[in-house]
Amino acid sequence: MSYQPSPLRLQREAARRRASRRSTLIAILSTVVIATVLTIAVTGAPGFKAVKESFFNWHYAKSAFPHVLSGLWLNLKVMLIASFFSFILGLLIALARTSHSPLLYPVRILATVFTDIFRGLPLLLVLFLVGFGIPGLQFTWLTNSVVVLGTVSLILTYSAYMGEVIRAGIEAVNPAQRMAGRALGLSPTQTQRYVVLPQALRKVTPALLNDLISLQKDSGLISTLGAIDAIRAAQIDASLSFNFTPYVVAGALFVSLTIPLTRFTDWLTFRQDRSRVQQGQW
Amino acid sequence: MVTMAESMLDIINVRKSYGDELVLHDISVSLAEHEVKVLIGASGSGKSTLLRTLNLLEAIDDGQILLAGTDITAVGVNPDKVRAQIGSVFQSFNLFPHLNVLQNITLAPRKVHGVSKEAAEANAMELLQRFGLADKAKQYPDLLSGGQQQRVAILRALITKPKVLLLDEVTSALDPILIAEVLSLIAELKAEGMTIMIATHEMGFAKRVADHVLFLHHGKILEAGTPADILENPRTTELSDFLGALRDAGRL
Repeated sequence: MSYQPSPLRLQREAARRRASRRSTLIAILSTVVIATVLTIAVTGAPGFKAVKESFFNWHYAKSAFPHVLSGLWLNLKVMLIASFFSFILGLLIALARTSHSPLLYPVRILATVFTDIFRGLPLLLVLFLVGFGIPGLQFTWLTNSVVVLGTVSLILTYSAYMGEVIRAGIEAVNPAQRMAGRALGLSPTQTQRYVVLPQALRKVTPALLNDLISLQKDSGLISTLGAIDAIRAAQIDASLSFNFTPYVVAGALFVSLTIPLTRFTDWLTFRQDRSRVQQGQW
Repeated sequence: MVTMAESMLDIINVRKSYGDELVLHDISVSLAEHEVKVLIGASGSGKSTLLRTLNLLEAIDDGQILLAGTDITAVGVNPDKVRAQIGSVFQSFNLFPHLNVLQNITLAPRKVHGVSKEAAEANAMELLQRFGLADKAKQYPDLLSGGQQQRVAILRALITKPKVLLLDEVTSALDPILIAEVLSLIAELKAEGMTIMIATHEMGFAKRVADHVLFLHHGKILEAGTPADILENPRTTELSDFLGALRDAGRL
């Protein structure tokens, strides 16, 4: 005989459907109310017309878009190069700081000092120090390119952040894993390389991606050195037209750049949390 | 020396303390080739510490440990070289979660013993086949039952053909069905002539596979003998109390 759902089950399912319809309705209603209130509040502001004209002007948006977009290409390149080198340098810092080798003692000290300095210094200051200080040294063999120096500043700051994130990941790996590696006869270096580090990097991937998002956005700060990135391009257009719309265009482009990365990070975090719950490690 | 060749492991007056607490009190034991020795005793009696000193995961304060006649506690000995000759399995499996079963098993042969990937994998597949785990080769540890994980952990320790296998309460985290899986694997290893030292609370198993049983209490060996001697004719009150507690818990 085929399965007949009991009246109890049907009743329960009907109740669940009613509850779900009700939550949908409440969500729609509250969204409409909030949106209306916000719209009225903003459009009702005394200066709304002027702000709309100087920040959201379609004509200027269209004319600034190609310049800002080509500036954004520079941001993207800077971001890719800076994140690659920040990760490598951060990894080395983390490895140095978690090693116990007496040979690496000076490197360990150096890595600690480096981290303390560049995590503490505001990025803007690093940009000024590197961007204006290094050309001031007048080494003829050294580049004066603001793009290169700006990228170096980003690497200095972000490698300090990423180093700390990776170090936290290394320290979060269960010590029993290291012990099991050593018990197999693996050397400390091999244990780090084959057992600890792969697990550590997996644990901190969402946190590292978060740093990448932040780096992507901070790549706009190299405009302070004069590099023609999206923000600088917008600034140039804005100063010609006395209209701020190009900044909004730049902002929109930055946001559209970070959203995919943000969603990807969310998804990754969700997946890791779920597998942790499945394994019973809350 | 012919007599030394027979002895796989000699523990001579080993002493170990954590701060003021003496956890191993002048322990002297020998393990002959092909012998299975079972350590029993309450938690904190020093069973695990003793096993951990044997693969140099714990440094001893005094005494000596000889592996096939060589002093592995001598100054200047490379612990990695010693551990490469000893198989260790822990209560909590400690499989590497980022590696699949095959990768877990072949890591040490490849990286420590310099075996090629192909040879190590062929060897590992043969072992997995023999112990009914071949279909799990590509799976990650998370997806295996506790018993399967522990059997994989034992194979991981075995593949490098260690001189001695150290098993530290390898069934304590498992339910009875899974315990039976793991114990039958160990019994098979004994039949093949593996030299094994086991810390366990499974007295029935101790009776079945042990050549000798040692009873540890507060870091001392209080009694040593055949399983029948130890489990049926305790001479010290400590051992009879311990066996009594096990009997009350339904584990004897």
